[in-house]
Amino acid sequence: MGERYLLRGNEVIAEAAIRAGCQCYFAYPITPQGELVEHMARHMPRLGRTFIQAESEVAAISMVYGAAAAGVRTMTSSSSPGISLKQEGISYIAGSNLPAVIVNVVRGGPGLGNIAPSQCDYFQAVKGGGHGDYHMIVLGPSTVPEAGELTMLAFELADRYRTPVMILADGLLGQMMEPVELPESLELSKLPQKPWAATGAKGRDPNIILSFDLSPENLKRMNLELQAKYAEIRKNEVRWEEMDTADADIVVVAYGSIARIAKTVIRMARAEGIRLGLFRPITLWPYPYEPLRDLADRVHTILTVEMSAGQMWEDVRLAVAERAASPFYGEMGGVVPTPNGILSEVKKYAR
Amino acid sequence: MERSVVIAGFGGQGVILAGKILAQAGMSHGLEVTWLPSYGPEMRGGTANCTVILSDQPIGSPIVDEPSAVIALNLPSLDKFEPTVAKKGILLVNRSLIARDVKRKDIVSHAIPINDIAAQVGNLRTVNMVALGAYVKATGVVPLDAVKRAMAAAMRDGGKEKLVEINEKALDAGYAAIP
Repeated sequence: MGERYLLRGNEVIAEAAIRAGCQCYFAYPITPQGELVEHMARHMPRLGRTFIQAESEVAAISMVYGAAAAGVRTMTSSSSPGISLKQEGISYIAGSNLPAVIVNVVRGGPGLGNIAPSQCDYFQAVKGGGHGDYHMIVLGPSTVPEAGELTMLAFELADRYRTPVMILADGLLGQMMEPVELPESLELSKLPQKPWAATGAKGRDPNIILSFDLSPENLKRMNLELQAKYAEIRKNEVRWEEMDTADADIVVVAYGSIARIAKTVIRMARAEGIRLGLFRPITLWPYPYEPLRDLADRVHTILTVEMSAGQMWEDVRLAVAERAASPFYGEMGGVVPTPNGILSEVKKYAR
Repeated sequence: MERSVVIAGFGGQGVILAGKILAQAGMSHGLEVTWLPSYGPEMRGGTANCTVILSDQPIGSPIVDEPSAVIALNLPSLDKFEPTVAKKGILLVNRSLIARDVKRKDIVSHAIPINDIAAQVGNLRTVNMVALGAYVKATGVVPLDAVKRAMAAAMRDGGKEKLVEINEKALDAGYAAIP
């Protein structure tokens, strides 16, 4: 076993981005992801890489667009209100087929909301918060070590599909500390080549990076290519975890911090003879509809638990349809469901 | 076995740092740990708290409904967390700042004059280490030496090496305050 460090989720996302070869990071500070910005400010200049505290979130995402177009691995991070401001830029990045990583450490909303943990930005992340027919790959880490692993994966997927990838975390994961083994640093010289990038056209035809075409026929073709890419991602990149589902009567569906709280609930429920399992989507887009559909055929109840009014619940119901009962339990405004709270919901459905 | 503690007090009493040091000591001792702070406006003046879990198994929820121990450094913390302590759990109360008795009869409580002990040690800002020393004695979750090493590392990282000695004394004094 490698050396273990006690680090916050925010710090691990930042350090993993550095180890994934992020060369340019741009952000405007906001709680509860301040430590992420601080870690990048401390370490990026030391490594000869670019850290810029931008004048606004809009500026930061536009800088990400530029750095991505120039062919380097690049990232921005923020929390809910700041992510709203970045939506225009995210749409442009998607429309221009650019790889970039965006981290949202979600806090209570809507509006200015508060700084407590929440999952209320699910719709914005997975259904397209900006304009146009686009998707991001959305990854939902559940533990501090997984936040590091999924950050490494985010850069890899962004490059492979030339698409924005979002890490959808929450304030609890960002703030908590847990032992973590850090991933190996990737060598910058061994990162994927980007012959499409705008790196200077001397001796070759120019590469043009643009999300604009006045001709409806041409823009339709661009859109069809995007959709073909999304079909490919749906085929290849669906990720999820199941725990104790083999003999389960009831399954909790939860992602991120709530999924780890649910793992404790499984232990408690099973100690009382309730056969409870967990289904945890890791990719929130593309969503694991099919494995959840299969699971719904084998259990009587699929209980969705979220820190929102039921945003992911819509995707769960798309998968479950009439195959099983599909109730919901959620908390809002920064209130975090506790193990006892979830267990008492589970007991309503135990037979 | 999973053991959890909520460390709570005024912002500035060092509860967040005490929790980090305990978590670091637990990790160094080979345990799984989580550390979860209350963050934001509670950092100054109000009630700050953090939850630390130490376990020999992977930890699910970092949030606990019924912690196996609570350290209450001020009255608002006692009022808030006394009802949550697990049955037969441990409650450490800072008698220097809390006049009232513990109400619960189904837990083990220790009322210790933590501020007075810190003053005797020679620095009132070691309140958090006095409390942590007492907690380690009362629960035995990690050896005191592991906590001392974690504390010394935390002081060095913060550029405060000269405070290692007095904080060691504070840990010892807290440890000795529990029978």
